Amino acid sequence: MLFLTVLATGIALVPLASILVYVTIKGLPALNWEFFTQLPKAVGEPGGGLGNAILGTIILVLLAAGIALPFGILTGIYLAEFGKERLAFIVRFLCDVLTGVPSIIVGIVVYSTVVLTMKRFSALAGGIALAIIMLPLVARSTEEMLRLVPRSLREASLALGATQGRTIRSVVLRSALGGIVTGAMLATARVAGETAPLLFTALNSRYWPTGLDERIASLPVYIFTYSTTPYEDLHRLAWGAALVLVSMVLGTSIAARIAAKKVNGGK
Amino acid sequence: MNKGKDIFFLQVTRLAALSIVFIILVMAYELFRGSELAFGRFGLGFITGSEWDPVHGKFGGWPLIYGTLVSSLVALALAVPLSLGTAIFLAELAPSWLREPLSFLVELLAAIPSVVYGLWGLFVLVPWLRDVVQPLLGKTLGFLPLFQGPPLGVGMLAAGMVLAIMILPIITAVSREVLLAVPQSQREAMLALGATRWETIRRAVLPYGRSGIIGAIILGLGRALGETMAVTMVIGNRPQVSASLFDLGQTIASVIANEFSEGFDKLHLSALMASALLLFVITFSVNIIARLLVWKVSVSQGVSRE
Repeated sequence: MLFLTVLATGIALVPLASILVYVTIKGLPALNWEFFTQLPKAVGEPGGGLGNAILGTIILVLLAAGIALPFGILTGIYLAEFGKERLAFIVRFLCDVLTGVPSIIVGIVVYSTVVLTMKRFSALAGGIALAIIMLPLVARSTEEMLRLVPRSLREASLALGATQGRTIRSVVLRSALGGIVTGAMLATARVAGETAPLLFTALNSRYWPTGLDERIASLPVYIFTYSTTPYEDLHRLAWGAALVLVSMVLGTSIAARIAAKKVNGGK
Repeated sequence: MNKGKDIFFLQVTRLAALSIVFIILVMAYELFRGSELAFGRFGLGFITGSEWDPVHGKFGGWPLIYGTLVSSLVALALAVPLSLGTAIFLAELAPSWLREPLSFLVELLAAIPSVVYGLWGLFVLVPWLRDVVQPLLGKTLGFLPLFQGPPLGVGMLAAGMVLAIMILPIITAVSREVLLAVPQSQREAMLALGATRWETIRRAVLPYGRSGIIGAIILGLGRALGETMAVTMVIGNRPQVSASLFDLGQTIASVIANEFSEGFDKLHLSALMASALLLFVITFSVNIIARLLVWKVSVSQGVSRE
């Protein structure tokens, strides 16, 4: 029986190894200075790169974080401090609902609200879609981290005469900060790899990012588009993009977890 | 002065929390409004109609629902044994120095973006299926309608396999937590009665965590139902109902990804919105059931978090 469970674990890890190996082997040859600095060229023309996609992904992720982190962290604070209110139960429930909504549905809802209202595809719409996906993740992880702060700390602060708000800001938040940052980083990494929400919001672009109200390139959308063409050249670029994307996402996730260990170890 | 600033701060957090409510309301509203046209035209026939033909204005959702269900069931069939085996290994049998790194690796699987799964699926898994697995299955089990037809590589089997890999981490992680939450007293009682390690797991630990594990499996199902990118890239994008896993198919999520940008006309777009609404309701229900099951286990064990 031990053998069976070890076998199961081994089989489960084979795809992980396969994906990491293939992405590295096929993606590495595509990475050169041009890849990071050039715009994509037409099919058949040599050279070209996906510099705009890399920049685009970074912009979209920063935009999404800029929207989702304030709302998410404040919501997390609300859930942790007012957890017993009726509204809190509803919000917590809806957070879990939102986490389970397929990302493509988020995309089309943002399309029919933001894109149709602005009458254009835009980086802003893409950022909003990604932010909606990030929001419940950040809220729940912030709530969890705040709950871990021992009651004694809160009570000591209150006993010294601080108000509830002051207690939260100066004592509880500071104490849970490491965990909150970790949660934020993990949510950001998760959202950097999302494709479906961008398909009908930020769309794609063959040029450098020009403005938040314009379409914007991104790594995931390029991977999707290029891999479904019949051109070897574009496939190569897709693998390169995948390598960059996976490095960004895994790198951030791993860094976040290592940082979390350090923070918890230090406690 | 401090008190005023304080109340302001607390009200601000309450306001922020309302944003979630707002988002869900807007989502539900847009989906309902967008699908009005399609449901008005086809009624409940939208769900049972068996032809999805945008060019001729025929929108029957059954092939999509079928594709969604079959690909998810194939994924579960493949993932559940592997996940449970891994979870049992990680929670009960692995030496302590191995547990952390292995759990970490399984979680890494969850961090890989869906489109990268699709890329790998398209260029690594599909050729392998087409050249090795499908001919083999066709020769040995070809009498079953499940494995008939030419080996194309892409299709329902490929989609099911990629989905299986993608839902593995969540089923494993939650099952592992459920198993870890089983009180040590249960194991000790079994061992005191002379049971072996495996008997203890099979007769005491697993039954105790049964509803939690089922919850974990349903959570995995919920994830599989909504997965878009990886499925779109390997399923072949042909809305049809077929008994064979070798055949092409389509899921609700992949049809939206494929056809939304080329929306032929208002009816087409509305049909896609209606499909989205369907998917929303399905994943919503599945996730509720799953969370109720998992929550029940963790609460009854006296674990206060999650």
